[in-house]
Amino acid sequence: MADQAVAHDAGGVHATSTGIENTKLAMWTFLGSETLLFGALISTFLLYRSNVPPGIPTPHEIFDIPFTSVSSFVLLMSSLTMVLALAAIQHGDHHRTRVWLLATATLGMVFISGQVYEFTAFVREGFTVGTSPAGSAFFVLTSFHGAHVTLGILMLLSLFGLSLQGKLPRERANAVEYVGLYWHFVDIVWIVLFTLVYLIPA
Amino acid sequence: MATTDQTPATQIHIPEKAHPGERTYVKVALVLGVITAAEIAVSYIDVNKWVLILSLIVLSAVKFILVVQWFMHLKFDHPTLRKPFIAGMVTALTVYTIVLANLVYHSRSAS
Repeated sequence: MADQAVAHDAGGVHATSTGIENTKLAMWTFLGSETLLFGALISTFLLYRSNVPPGIPTPHEIFDIPFTSVSSFVLLMSSLTMVLALAAIQHGDHHRTRVWLLATATLGMVFISGQVYEFTAFVREGFTVGTSPAGSAFFVLTSFHGAHVTLGILMLLSLFGLSLQGKLPRERANAVEYVGLYWHFVDIVWIVLFTLVYLIPA
Repeated sequence: MATTDQTPATQIHIPEKAHPGERTYVKVALVLGVITAAEIAVSYIDVNKWVLILSLIVLSAVKFILVVQWFMHLKFDHPTLRKPFIAGMVTALTVYTIVLANLVYHSRSAS
């Protein structure tokens, strides 16, 4: 039965008949299913974006496009720092890996802080989750995205902690790659959200 | 049973291409930044609504593809990895386009 034994490479990754890592394929499948979740939330917002009772501001009346543009740019640049963290660990440079992981988590936190500030400003203007179908759809959609970013930050900080303890050797670079795939996905969802929710007029 | 040197189709290994270097990533990020600036500029230009929508969707799609191809390495990784993601994207686009069109049609018919 020796020929049926599961082979492993140096990184502890199962060798497969297709040459594709199982975890990587699972991550891409998960991300494919996530597009359905966000597709549903985006469609709901597009359907209800103009459904606002009289006296309540519409989303486009209160959006602060310059502010959200800066937030978008911050999240976009976090994708660069993420991929630089992956490149660093693949080259065995653990110091730079930690720097870029921490930079990515920090940029993510800046984005989340911006979202909290934006939500506070909207609520002050009278645009809340309970005042209109547009408000419900907007807050559910952007909060779901914010929750994804928060989860990504926790994963990045976990990788940073593992690296500090010396538990993230070069052979485990694929762990950074999987978290990176998730992080980039969160970024591409925001690319779509920024255009469809903020920039395109109702 | 005679042995054969032919490799079964399921065991053919398609080598993944090497990932690009750090300079390439920075260049891609610069392009993404420029496209974001262009999006914001376009959104302030007073043009026909549909021209504006089309321009913004095209710019957004270019950014989306750049991140997926270069930062997520789909351009360099095994082609099979594209399938589950593209399947999810196509399903989402198809289902929600039909649902939205249906709901908009019925809401206009009712009013």
